Amino acid sequence: MERIDRSARVRENFHQAKWDEPIIFELSTKGERGIQVPRAEAHIRDSVGDGISLLPSHMRRAVPPALPEISQPRVLRHYMRLSQETLGADVNIEIGQGTCTVKYSPKINEVLARLPQITELHPLQDPQTVQGILEIFHRTEGMLKEISGLERFTFQPGGGSQGIFAMASMAYKYFEDKGEEKVRDEIITTLYSHPSDAAAPSVKGYKIIHIPPDKDGYPDFEAFKMAVGERTAGFFVANPEDTGVYNSRILEFTTLIHENGGLCGYDQANANGLLGVTRAREAGFDMCFFNLHKTFSTPHGCGGPACGVTGVTKALEPHLPGPLIIKKEDNSFGFDTSFLTDPRSVGKVRSFYGVAPVVLKAYSWIMSLGAEGLYEVAKVAVLNNNYLYKKLMEIPCVDAPYIRGRQRIEQVRYTIERLTRETGITSGDIQRRMMDFGMHYWTSHHPYHIPEPITLEPTETPSRDDLDEYIATLKHVFQEAYDTPEIIRTAPHRSVCHQVDGSPSDDPDQWAITWRSYLRKTAAN
Amino acid sequence: MAIKGFKNHPYIPNSVPQIQEQMLAELGLSSLEDLHQEIPASLKLTQNMKLPEALGSEFELKKHVRQLLGKNRHCDEMLNFLGAGCWQHYVPAICDEINGRGEFLTGYGGEMYNDFGRFQALFEYQSLIGELVDMEVVNVPTMDWCQAAATSIRMASRLTGRKEALVPDLMDPDKFLVMKNYCGPDIRLIRVGHDPVTGQLDLSDLQSSLSEKTAAVYFENPSFLGFIQLHGQKICDLAHGVGAISIVGVDPSSLGILTPPAQYGADITCGELQPLGMHMNYGGGQAGFMATRDEEKYVMEFPSRLFGIVPTCKKGEYGFDDVAYDRTSFGHHREHGKEYVGTQAALWGITAGVYLACMGPQGMVELGQTILQKSRYAIERLDDIKNIKGSRFQSVGFKEFVVDFTDTGKSVADINQALLSRGIFGGKDLSMDFPALGQSALYCVTEIHSREDIDRLATALGQITG
Repeated sequence: MERIDRSARVRENFHQAKWDEPIIFELSTKGERGIQVPRAEAHIRDSVGDGISLLPSHMRRAVPPALPEISQPRVLRHYMRLSQETLGADVNIEIGQGTCTVKYSPKINEVLARLPQITELHPLQDPQTVQGILEIFHRTEGMLKEISGLERFTFQPGGGSQGIFAMASMAYKYFEDKGEEKVRDEIITTLYSHPSDAAAPSVKGYKIIHIPPDKDGYPDFEAFKMAVGERTAGFFVANPEDTGVYNSRILEFTTLIHENGGLCGYDQANANGLLGVTRAREAGFDMCFFNLHKTFSTPHGCGGPACGVTGVTKALEPHLPGPLIIKKEDNSFGFDTSFLTDPRSVGKVRSFYGVAPVVLKAYSWIMSLGAEGLYEVAKVAVLNNNYLYKKLMEIPCVDAPYIRGRQRIEQVRYTIERLTRETGITSGDIQRRMMDFGMHYWTSHHPYHIPEPITLEPTETPSRDDLDEYIATLKHVFQEAYDTPEIIRTAPHRSVCHQVDGSPSDDPDQWAITWRSYLRKTAAN
Repeated sequence: MAIKGFKNHPYIPNSVPQIQEQMLAELGLSSLEDLHQEIPASLKLTQNMKLPEALGSEFELKKHVRQLLGKNRHCDEMLNFLGAGCWQHYVPAICDEINGRGEFLTGYGGEMYNDFGRFQALFEYQSLIGELVDMEVVNVPTMDWCQAAATSIRMASRLTGRKEALVPDLMDPDKFLVMKNYCGPDIRLIRVGHDPVTGQLDLSDLQSSLSEKTAAVYFENPSFLGFIQLHGQKICDLAHGVGAISIVGVDPSSLGILTPPAQYGADITCGELQPLGMHMNYGGGQAGFMATRDEEKYVMEFPSRLFGIVPTCKKGEYGFDDVAYDRTSFGHHREHGKEYVGTQAALWGITAGVYLACMGPQGMVELGQTILQKSRYAIERLDDIKNIKGSRFQSVGFKEFVVDFTDTGKSVADINQALLSRGIFGGKDLSMDFPALGQSALYCVTEIHSREDIDRLATALGQITG
């Protein structure tokens, strides 16, 4: 036989797993069941009866919930198939979720986080019985203090957005303590920071001021100067912003805020390219948060559980949510519960102490790298990004506004406006077509300030070969836009489903958020 | 060139020095130090961070972490009666199998095409919870019950344009703190009293607290202290009487046997998913849900993502999509969207779906019934002990109950310490949070407790207090 030619970089024979699986309710067969419940023993039944008759009749559920009845192998098969229809980072060259820092989540950390010594801990156990997990929290906090230069951390926030909310809550308490909370009612952020830097503080009642980018993509300093004043409570910003542009004048921004009595909160969702290179403290920040599920490798879980660990300077420590984990004089670990009586504390932002398995996985990741390893992570993430940037900018239809010819940190927001102009094919079209090759990318937050956007962040995880494959695939699809645009307009063809008709999604008469709603609304059709 | 002292790392393919050199050359650079040119030298660290030295291998890492975790004593080796917002239930192996699948574990924010399975699994989760709570709209999970309750109140405030919410004074103090911070500064939480004998919400106090400023009345069933709130319909009617919205928080493990709040007037049902297939995880298994009727005005106030089922261009094919995406802060309106959305607890939602699919209607009925029987048995066993009241409140309860030790002359702290030495975690000490209850503790009994376990507790308490 002839040798089979596998030299092409693009996976033209790819097809995502497609099981055409029914909705789980359609799998129901009366009488089947997927698990047995450990029942009350005869002695208990004899002592207390059936239990249900203890309830007054109006509190007894009249009809059992209409859940499906399915045997265990069929439930397993269903969800295994759905998992196969999900392109997680374990199976994908995941450099397309720019700003999300989707990197390798080491399997050993998952194994450790699934040991009963952590999964079977109740959060209210006597502290003397949870010294191991408290020590892990304490050690991880110590590492984050060194990585940020800040002085105290809470693990409560369950994601970056809740970390921002925690920062806004602390800013409010800080000014309440000074009697200025009514006056200081503005938070300044930038157009290329995450939308939650605006949305989360607005929940606390803050008016949001957006600083637009200047011609180089930096937050416009002149506009910033105009915005800062006696009503400024804080400045919440990502740096680098979602464009990958690092604002080198950041210290001037934070200094101006401090001169006007405000606080600076650092959205460090984009910290991966900065580990060991530069820190929140030196840049003048009073608060920051890191996403352990991004920078520190813990898996994203389709959107949590996660941790937006949030840190502050010594001066802001009284405003943290509690309880804080402490090391006592006898070297044992316990809780500081002063938040219960200190009106300066925000109280709590989440139940208990945070997502412990996520903290454990982040701890394990740092311990597998050390200071030099984290620095290497940052360097390689930036190297990968700038390599990708250079190669993509060589493609005529690709551009990236701002600071041309200079380096980006760990991500870039590109535009393919020229391609759209020349072919009518949009970034959304290209996105769907990329899925036919087993690739994904994200466009941008809304509204799009950079037209026809693509946001890429390779992190330290992909190899050069992975990057080259991604670049080759993008090039291939861009060429298709010129040569065979129809195949892109009608994509995806080799994904799990074909183009969806999203028209019901904004129509209250048609949208169906549950199966029962779908059945009701389509009964007559 | 590579970082000094750093060797190729298995997690970083391009830490290979030769590859780095080639890639740097592509960029016209000669060293990794030539990167980060945009960061001013004055902001750069001049020496390595002071972190513990990296462990040399995966084996050493495993040994190190296991040694740390070995200092914990967990609830599989102890006998646990702690609940209070995090409960020890049986977690079917299939739940761990599915949430351990790498595709789900490492999925994130993809589109419906590449993450179709994630969309379908979360749509199904919404649908399964919808059956449990008898409502047609359920969100992709939020952080926890605290967050779900707080957001429900913010939703009610926007719907009514009012700034007060009434909550029971016998609620979880931690949850109250989360809600207070989340609802403040604009929405005020006002506590409503209770009947000291039954624990039931004091309806006359409720009535006198209600006004045209009331956005919502929030209560829980079962309540934080375990008793079932029997006057749900009356409470909801009173709320509606002043144009307020009724919000009921539930423990979903009760809903096989307890009437779902939607059937006694709840406009919003919220609660905690952790009992549905999540390990306790030291409080890391929490995830919150919210549910409403399928009315536009409610749907448009959800800050969460809501996945809907839609057709595709191919006949006979299911598709999924975000419903009313622009209401969220991810949409075009940023801070003018509803509150904020972000990474929360999606994987626990998928897991709760797996759990409910396995349990089915009969499993949920049996779960509820078993918990009722076993917790009742525990109350009776403890009631038999001299000077101990098995249940402080004279109301029927579910899963949790307040054991009153006041007459023993011993503190809960001392009793729990003595139980600990016998391998038992006693209930949560309530003496600080609810001083009016004296030396009382909140005990939790679920389907995992056997008669032998309960008898062992009773024997131990008899010895300790006798």
